[in-house]
Amino acid sequence: MDVILVQILNGLDKGAAYALIALGLTLIFGTLGVVNFAHGALFMIGAFCAVTMQRFLNLSQTVIDETQTDFLGNPLKVEVPYVQSWFGEAAGAAIQDWSVPLSILLVIPVMLFVGWAMERGLIKHFYKRPHADQILVTFGLAIVIGEIIKAFYGANPIQTPMPSAFIGTIDLGTWLGMDPGAVAYPMWRMVYFFFAAAVIAAVFAFLQFTTFGMVVRAGMADRETVGMLGIDIDKRFTLMFGLAACVAGLAGMMYAPILSPHYNIGMDFLVLSFVVVVVGGMGSLPGAVLAGFVLGILQSFASMNEVKAILPGIDQIIIYLVAIIILLTRPRGLMGRKGVMEE
Amino acid sequence: MLGLNSRDLKLFLLVVAMTMLAPILLNPFPADSALGESFNAGYPALLQRFVIFGLLVIGFNILFGLTGYLSFGHAAFLGVGSYAAVWMFKLLSYNVIPAIILSVIVAGIFSVVIGYVALRRSGIYFSILTLAFAQMMYAIAYSDLVGKFLGTIVTNGETGLQVYADDPQILASPGDPVLPHLFGLEMNAQTVLAVGGWEFTFQFGYYLSALVMLAGFYLSIRIFRSPFGMMLRAIKSNQTRMSYTGLDTKPYMLAAFVISGCYAGLAGGLMSSMDPLTGGERMFWTASGEIVVMSILGGVGTLIGPVLGAGLIKYLENIISKINDGILHQWFAFMPDWLDNLLVTIIHPFVGKGWHLTLGLLFMAVVIFLPGGLMQLGEKIAALFGRKTKSDDDAKTGATEPAE
Amino acid sequence: MGILEVKGVNKRFGGLQALGDVNLSVAENTVHAIIGPNGAGKSTLLNVLVGKLIPDSGSVMFDGQSVLGRKPHEINQMGISRVFQTPEIFADLSVFENVMIPCFAKRDGAFRMHAIESTHHEKDIAEQAMAILEDVNMADKRDMIASSMSRGDKRRLEMAMCLVQDPRLLLLDEPTAGMARADTENTIQLLKDIRTKRGITMAIIEHDMNVVFSLAERITVLAQGTPLVEDVPEKIKGHPKVREAYLGEAQV
Repeated sequence: MDVILVQILNGLDKGAAYALIALGLTLIFGTLGVVNFAHGALFMIGAFCAVTMQRFLNLSQTVIDETQTDFLGNPLKVEVPYVQSWFGEAAGAAIQDWSVPLSILLVIPVMLFVGWAMERGLIKHFYKRPHADQILVTFGLAIVIGEIIKAFYGANPIQTPMPSAFIGTIDLGTWLGMDPGAVAYPMWRMVYFFFAAAVIAAVFAFLQFTTFGMVVRAGMADRETVGMLGIDIDKRFTLMFGLAACVAGLAGMMYAPILSPHYNIGMDFLVLSFVVVVVGGMGSLPGAVLAGFVLGILQSFASMNEVKAILPGIDQIIIYLVAIIILLTRPRGLMGRKGVMEE
Repeated sequence: MLGLNSRDLKLFLLVVAMTMLAPILLNPFPADSALGESFNAGYPALLQRFVIFGLLVIGFNILFGLTGYLSFGHAAFLGVGSYAAVWMFKLLSYNVIPAIILSVIVAGIFSVVIGYVALRRSGIYFSILTLAFAQMMYAIAYSDLVGKFLGTIVTNGETGLQVYADDPQILASPGDPVLPHLFGLEMNAQTVLAVGGWEFTFQFGYYLSALVMLAGFYLSIRIFRSPFGMMLRAIKSNQTRMSYTGLDTKPYMLAAFVISGCYAGLAGGLMSSMDPLTGGERMFWTASGEIVVMSILGGVGTLIGPVLGAGLIKYLENIISKINDGILHQWFAFMPDWLDNLLVTIIHPFVGKGWHLTLGLLFMAVVIFLPGGLMQLGEKIAALFGRKTKSDDDAKTGATEPAE
Repeated sequence: MGILEVKGVNKRFGGLQALGDVNLSVAENTVHAIIGPNGAGKSTLLNVLVGKLIPDSGSVMFDGQSVLGRKPHEINQMGISRVFQTPEIFADLSVFENVMIPCFAKRDGAFRMHAIESTHHEKDIAEQAMAILEDVNMADKRDMIASSMSRGDKRRLEMAMCLVQDPRLLLLDEPTAGMARADTENTIQLLKDIRTKRGITMAIIEHDMNVVFSLAERITVLAQGTPLVEDVPEKIKGHPKVREAYLGEAQV
């Protein structure tokens, strides 16, 4: 029992990341009808926002500390981060420690801007072009974004520590009356899961309870009719794209402590997220979320040593295997509707 | 002649001449001049890549260009072809003939299986299915999962598959070269012709690959002009009408997929023949992406476009990635220092390691402004000068010309 | 015994009885029209005939063989060709290629791996294709890309593509839908010519009474998924049940 629970928990954070990216992909596809191969790049931009925030908060000035002397007897020069000199030592250090969650302040404006720029500058010209063209141009954009990041941050993964309060594990097992240590779960992963759940809930609430959301859902059901109702679809499309970019960015930002960001991280996640979208059913939001978690958890089960002993390496191929089986048995995915992406 | 109409024949002969003379044509600058060091492309390693990738995209074009099915996992067949060839080297001998034959057969078998499954869906689902298959095969090859399962080496994981001294090589005789050869003629045997400051290298491996590529190109012209090719274009155009006309689209699609996979396997076999070492990264999805990029850049659906695209990308990859700040400063030495430095700073991100950035931008520009690729650019330029456009696009005029 | 025999066909979509106990017999070498008000089940019936829909019960026999459960290309190979409401042609191909493809399908069957032979060398096929283009007065348009033609020409092309296969039964789904008067007249003339020249059995589903009464030799009136009457055109005109079906619709 506890073994199963551990694997489910292990799959949750990765599943949550897949679900968030797939959610954005589906939103873009459902409303704009665009297949966005650059969505992984948006995830990566979010992760690098966290890196940038961390660097920014660690910017230091050199001050002369009169109270200390170096070995020559001169006053000691020390590096003091600006935040510490502005907010005082303790508060400054705390801010630095919380740099990843704090980068939300950076992520949201940056992602909205990037989303807006992408949609207005590029994507909108491709609404009428074939899906193959959309795939190709966004694929090109993904390469370009990845290379720009590489030019600024280098090719190596950059460690981005989580707040020290979340280092370590929680002993979930004891809550459920199991032996202590049976189910130890890294705290940050827990945080990630709840964060992702909150974002997903927010997106669904937004779509469910606002007029804007209603129009978007109507648009997903039948784009042409909504266009004919005299609703200004264009502005909403742009905002929708910005929103999807934000979701991807937030997913990337919070994932930075789990997987050190590097310029290719977006592509790695994109391929899997596309598989997730297709498994969930093109155009279905709940399908995307469900498939994200299901595949994340499946992957975690497949990486158990007991399973790998029987089928070595199954953890690396399980997602693709499942995707192939699902596409062949349920051609529209788990929750797909008829008539989406079909000739 | 050769069963081609006059325009196709001209095109084919032009390609023959270009590939045969490539070691000369692509070395326009003296060997030790600055320009020669930066821009000469007539050296064997690069020439081989031109023709092998050319062959690869010729095959890809039969699938994507004619039927419109975008495979995002085509590198998988290149990979299995490469592995098959190295295994032949390990088991039989360094002779390339069995290696190349087996690479085509193995790639053919894989493409029958993958094609049978993936072709049950179309559009983006087909793209994702091929991508999924290729990624799966990459994971299997890169960690040698089959090998682990069987308790032996199959792909040799991250190290890559290569020939070791204790491999059986049952057909090898003592005097044979210890590198890939064709009945004793080594792949890297070469003659160097020095004319003045120029140096031209003619390598056997290149010419063998070039001949295979030409054969592949010839076959692709025949396929483009055949009833089969017409059926494939009809599938791209209207599948409903296809089936209501009494034609079964499935075997046509599968045949196109398998032919295309065999071309990739052949290219893989050649790649291993030039350098008998192969690894899983050859199957990674970025490699598949590169095939797509090449075809689009050149002009998908045209006969020669994808080959031009492959050549251009391999050329730029070599040239641009070699350029560093030192070379740039050398070029701009005649300018005032501040301008020199400014230009170098601006160009720096796009050259050397930043080559992929240039590629990405170039690719985007082509998709946005030139959906027909370089071929379309050529047509536009030709139209600009008021000449009658000579597209080799069968869809427009070729097939309706009277028989020769 | 007709060439096409429909017996006791039922088809339900959820709560809607689209076809209820349809019996129909199309005699060889006649033009048989199926008419009826909107929603009478005409299109459903046609889709059953070409294998796109499988009825819940009943049988559809073509020349003694069942067509049910067969794929569209198999049904075509049995000798049934179909003209669609909106022309289905190979829009990216030339007119000549458009008619060559059905010739190949007729000669070589559903699949043949003829990848090396050149299309140019297929003299027989080219002759057949040219002949049919001349029959429909499109010989001068042979090199045009099909998508660039007018709708009327597309329709003619589609008919040529069906006729060149010498089908034993030609199914026409509202062949004049959305056409201007002049185009409609041309199409009627074209169909009449085909009828006299080639003697092909035709089943026409049509709205336009003018078309129906100028072509059909027998008419079946369908209403609410069931055949009301089947008779020769003269007797259909004044038939009370038919009037009721149409007037009933008009009052709604």
